[in-house]
Amino acid sequence: MTLNQICHWIDQTALSQSIQIAGWVVPSVQTIHILAIAVVASSALMIDLRLIGVFWANRPLEAVKARFLPLVWWPLLVLLATGTIMIIAEPARSLKNPAFQIKMLLLIGALSVTWLLQFLHRRNAAFGDVSGPRAAAATLAVVSILLWSSIIFAGRWIAYFA
Amino acid sequence: MEIDRALEWLQSTRIATAVAENDILFPWIESVHVLAIVLVVGTILIVDLRLLGVASLDISARRLMRDIIPYTWSAFAVAAITGSLMFSSDAVHYAHNRLFQIKLVMLVLAGLNMAVFHLFGERDIERWDAPGETTPMAAKAAATISLLAWIAVVSLGRGTGFTMH
Repeated sequence: MTLNQICHWIDQTALSQSIQIAGWVVPSVQTIHILAIAVVASSALMIDLRLIGVFWANRPLEAVKARFLPLVWWPLLVLLATGTIMIIAEPARSLKNPAFQIKMLLLIGALSVTWLLQFLHRRNAAFGDVSGPRAAAATLAVVSILLWSSIIFAGRWIAYFA
Repeated sequence: MEIDRALEWLQSTRIATAVAENDILFPWIESVHVLAIVLVVGTILIVDLRLLGVASLDISARRLMRDIIPYTWSAFAVAAITGSLMFSSDAVHYAHNRLFQIKLVMLVLAGLNMAVFHLFGERDIERWDAPGETTPMAAKAAATISLLAWIAVVSLGRGTGFTMH
C-alpha cells in the first residue's frame, strides 16, 4: 500500500469523516497538543539550562531530573494521542507533508538526546557537575534546546506546506 | 470609528504590509510566537504547580519564582512583539475577531491575577515559603486562576487562527 493509498483509506474512515465535519475538533486538539508541548519543552529546557550551568547550578542534577524528567516523557502520550487525531482528521495534509516528516525525524533526535543524557548521568553520577564532563553535558543540552525548538517550528510549518 | 482609522493606519505601515505580503515572514513570526507562548505557559505552570502544592515542594516558593519568572518575562516579551507584528498585518480584522478580543481580556486577567498575588498574596509568604509547608488558599486560588487564564489564552489564540480567514 502506498502512502497515497494509506492517506486515502484513513480519509474515508467514518472517524476521519466525522472529525472533518465537526469543525471544533481540530482546533481543540491542537490546543491540547500545544499545552502538552509547553510542559515537555519547558521541562526539557530546565534540565538543559541546568546542564549548561545557568539554572539551579548549585542544586544536584538528580533533584532537577527528578522534578522535570517525568514531565518530558509522560506528556508525550498526550502528544501522541492528539497528534494521531490530527493525522486521522487530515491524513494527506500531515503524513505527506515535508514539515511533518522533518518534525518526526527531529523528534527521534530529541528523544535520543534525552535518553543519552539520562544514560550518561546514570553511568557517571558526576555528569553535569562542575567536576564532571561539563563540555559534553553543555553541548548535548544545547543540541536538545535546538531540537525541541525546531520541533515546535516544524509543527507550525505543517500548516504552510499543505 | 476612530479606532478603526488608527488600525487602518497601523496595517498600512511598511512593517505591517511586509508581514502581510511576504510569504514566509508570517509563518516565521508565527513559529517564534508559538515557541515563546510554549515557554511562557510551561514556565508559569512550574510556578503554579508549586503554589498549588503539587510539585517542587522541596524548594522555597520565593526562590522558585525568582529563578523561573525571568524566563517567563523574556518569553512573554518575544510573544508580545511577534503577536503585535501579526496583529498589525491585519489589524482591523483581528480587532473585530471575537475570540481575539476574549484572548486579550484573558491576558489582562492573567496580568491582574499576578499583580494581586504579588501585592497581597505574597504578604505572608514567609510563613508558608519553607519547603514542605502547605500553601494557603490565596496562593492556590491565584495559581488556579493563572492556569485557567493561560489555557484560555492558548485555546483562544488557536481559535483566532481558525476564524481569521
